Amino acid sequence: MHRFANPTRFVRLAGRVQPWAAALALLCLGAGLYFALFSSPPDYQQGETVRIMYVHVPAAWMAMFCYVVMAAASASSLIWRHRVADLAAKATAPVGAAFTLLALVTGSLWGKPMWGTWWVWDARLTSVLILFFLYLGYIALQNAFDDPARGARAAAILAVVGVINVPIIKFSVDWWNTLHQPASLTRLDGPAIHSSMLTPLLLMALGYTALYVWLAIIRMRAELAETKIRAIRYRQASGTAPAPQES
Amino acid sequence: MRGFTDTLRRELRLALRQGGDSLLVVMFFVLVVVLFPLGAGPEPGILSRIGAGIIWISALLAAMLSMDRLYQSDFEDGSLELLVLSPAPLEIVVLAKAAAHWLTTGLPLIVASPLLGLLLNLEAEGIGVMLVSLTLGTPALSLVGAIAAALVLGARRGGVLISLLILPLFIPILIFGVGAVDAALLELTYRPQLMVLGALLLLAAALSPWAAAAAVRQAVA
Repeated sequence: MHRFANPTRFVRLAGRVQPWAAALALLCLGAGLYFALFSSPPDYQQGETVRIMYVHVPAAWMAMFCYVVMAAASASSLIWRHRVADLAAKATAPVGAAFTLLALVTGSLWGKPMWGTWWVWDARLTSVLILFFLYLGYIALQNAFDDPARGARAAAILAVVGVINVPIIKFSVDWWNTLHQPASLTRLDGPAIHSSMLTPLLLMALGYTALYVWLAIIRMRAELAETKIRAIRYRQASGTAPAPQES
Repeated sequence: MRGFTDTLRRELRLALRQGGDSLLVVMFFVLVVVLFPLGAGPEPGILSRIGAGIIWISALLAAMLSMDRLYQSDFEDGSLELLVLSPAPLEIVVLAKAAAHWLTTGLPLIVASPLLGLLLNLEAEGIGVMLVSLTLGTPALSLVGAIAAALVLGARRGGVLISLLILPLFIPILIFGVGAVDAALLELTYRPQLMVLGALLLLAAALSPWAAAAAVRQAVA
């Protein structure tokens, strides 16, 4: 891992990985969406609305996956001052927040035909909503300082504190839910899922993961380029580097 | 241990000399509770049903509003840097600061809460359990708040930011605090909720000094 603490080495690797991640993401999402929307059977109970699942469930997986990645990257940036891990955490946060929002919105759209309401205070929905706020807090804290390094360190501590809290919040929300309303919702986990539905689901999950890698690499490279540009500007302003030629 | 008692004494002395602050927090607490009947209607049935939630949420907000007192003035006049440099371990110092914060804000809230329970038509059994749940829960609020308050030191719009950071972390404490009172009002067993609250407090006491000390270090670095 420490081999890639060197940004130059990381950029070289990232440049090589990026087209593959992009191709994999487009391929899997394209095929997954085709299977999900056209060539998979409608559910015997839920009818056509079950197709929302192929967008919703992998998004919820990615919401949690991204938070864990973000916290792990934050921990390694705190422990080893790993510069690229820092960038990875910063690049993961908005993507994870977007997946969380996608899961919430599609869940709400799915809930309307299934449960007859846009929102229920179900334990799962509530904890995903709280996860979304944890992401927003992280992003807000990161941008709250004039010194980006300070923002990165503060946000890293918050991410580690948050990941310890996520299971506690999950547990307490489950408890709260069983206290307030007995399980009354029909859930999906009746019969084992059929392969005609599992294939598009897994394709979408793989596509989302590749999409995440792709977006994270773009964001990290942009961040590194920005740092470089800022350093050059500073050097120009202090007069130690020649100004670039007017063109 | 010296570091703990010395810091605690210093914080309490500062709070006493500046006076008023604790009173303001309690007044805020009472005012928020008073707003709820105005917003939700004065029917005693409704109020006694949601009374525990009202008092807990108001306590959460009052604790959150007073978080800037933990470090802000020390950060501005530079004494926070001296505390970081002092030979006492910073973890102990922030623990003492959180304890002082609880003594000057959490404790007055607990003292004021039975009266508010009466105003909200809460039954005597519920008030007793609410006192216990607040006693277990509010120190945990101070401990968790000690992390977030250090993270936002020197941030733009730190006051609004801290609410975004802190309130999601307060949710478990709120759930079990209100859950214990609700169980008592329904004449169910409330021991499990109180025991989980106690566990949360112990967990916060064990872990949050480390995180808060790390947060203070990065704030003054």
